[in-house]
Amino acid sequence: MTDLNPAEPVLSWQPSATLDVLRARAAMNTAIRNFFALRTVLEVETPVLSRYATVDRHIDSFRTHTGAWLQTSPEFAMKRLLAAGSGPIYQIARVFRRDEQGRHHNPEFTLLEWYRPGFDHHALMDEVEALLQQCVSTALHCERLSYQDAFQRHAGFDPLALDAKALEARARDTGMGIPESLTAAERGDVDLWLDLWMSAVVGPQLGQQTPTFIYDFPASQAALSRVRPGTPPLAERFELFWRGVELANGFHELTDAAEQQRRFEADQAWRRDNGREVPPFDQALIGALSQGLPPCAGVALGLDRVLALHLGLPTVAAAIAFSSDRA
Amino acid sequence: MAFVSTNEMKAGTKLLIDGEPYSVIDNEYRKPGKGQATNTIKIRNLKTGRVLDRTLRSGDTLEAADVEDTDMQYLYSDGQFWTFMDPKSFEQIQAGEAAMVDAAKWLKGEESCRVTLWNSVPLYVAAPNTVELEIVETDPGLKGDTATGGTKPAKLETGAVVRVPLFIQQGEKIKCDTRTGEYLNRAGK
Repeated sequence: MTDLNPAEPVLSWQPSATLDVLRARAAMNTAIRNFFALRTVLEVETPVLSRYATVDRHIDSFRTHTGAWLQTSPEFAMKRLLAAGSGPIYQIARVFRRDEQGRHHNPEFTLLEWYRPGFDHHALMDEVEALLQQCVSTALHCERLSYQDAFQRHAGFDPLALDAKALEARARDTGMGIPESLTAAERGDVDLWLDLWMSAVVGPQLGQQTPTFIYDFPASQAALSRVRPGTPPLAERFELFWRGVELANGFHELTDAAEQQRRFEADQAWRRDNGREVPPFDQALIGALSQGLPPCAGVALGLDRVLALHLGLPTVAAAIAFSSDRA
Repeated sequence: MAFVSTNEMKAGTKLLIDGEPYSVIDNEYRKPGKGQATNTIKIRNLKTGRVLDRTLRSGDTLEAADVEDTDMQYLYSDGQFWTFMDPKSFEQIQAGEAAMVDAAKWLKGEESCRVTLWNSVPLYVAAPNTVELEIVETDPGLKGDTATGGTKPAKLETGAVVRVPLFIQQGEKIKCDTRTGEYLNRAGK
């Protein structure tokens, strides 16, 4: 591609975070390790490079020239440890996601991910709150809202009752920014419209007073969570928002190997149909689930964002020693 | 024809949208946890100055606008057009009033200006960051008063009006910052 714009300035050698922020970061990591040590949750390390990758529709992996994939989350390997009988485990993991770059995004970032056998998503939300009290402030208390209530409150409609057409009409009425390049198939996709509503309207209003959990997602957005039967069925998944920024995503985990494989294959088919790269899904995870994953809940918390919000930093880059533009 | 992807759109990137040249001011990446990512770009129309938002799907591309900044020497104005010369090729171009909106009142001749060209047509002219100009009109101030910190308006030889300290007199030459329109200091005669 011809670069018609002025040349990039020379890469700065200086850190993107101040040394004070890096000290606070180290203190946060110590607080996290103390928190889990007291609760006898085992710290583990799993491979960053794998022959398999996520097939999530909207997460793209980096690939090395040897064909290995860089992890976008340590989830699959940690579930294999759970199936092997590890009991509760946590990991402070460096993860990589292509093209995720912005005020709240860096293509390489740090997740605190942990799994709790015997917990459901509500018990795990309690523990996320306790961890934040330890890392941020003992005075911090979290609010909980169902996905449906969050939309009712901040968008003024029931997200489980409207079809794609109605969601689009409401979006156009509010003057929401809508990409012009959407295909007919995308415009007919309820989840695409719910995502746009979430990122443009609902999400930015969440957690303004106090960190807020959103739980029980539409079944179509289950990802790796179990779906609770009902009318409508709901995914036992949660996200945590603070000052409009998403901090965590958690699941009451799907343990059914056949269902997991079906979801992976459906995601691969979607990626193929949409001209995206189609990585091989994790066969080893399916093997572990077939063997038996204990009923559990798991969550991934973005530590760079926690630190940035806690310290009032304007960007996630200011919480990272060298953000991608200096790496 | 060159195309620019959403993750390459940075402040200052020039885009061609609906046949009009735009400059990117800001680019906000948004992504719900597991959903479709979008980029909302804030862009300025380089012809009209109008600022607007545009939401794109992450990974979408837009055409790059063939816009370049070059340093040119200001020669003269006939009141309707301002003539500039490329110091290397000696080629001359004429800028209209719209492109001169900020620069005109600071120029008297021979200054080197940053000219933004689109398809060789000047869209915008920036005066040098600082200029030294003579005061042609100002109220007599208090000579020797360098302490009270008061200011008064002063009209410069090019027509610009700036606020100057009370001790500055008509006929003196002063240095100004054209970006803020502020007096900086006395300049040598």
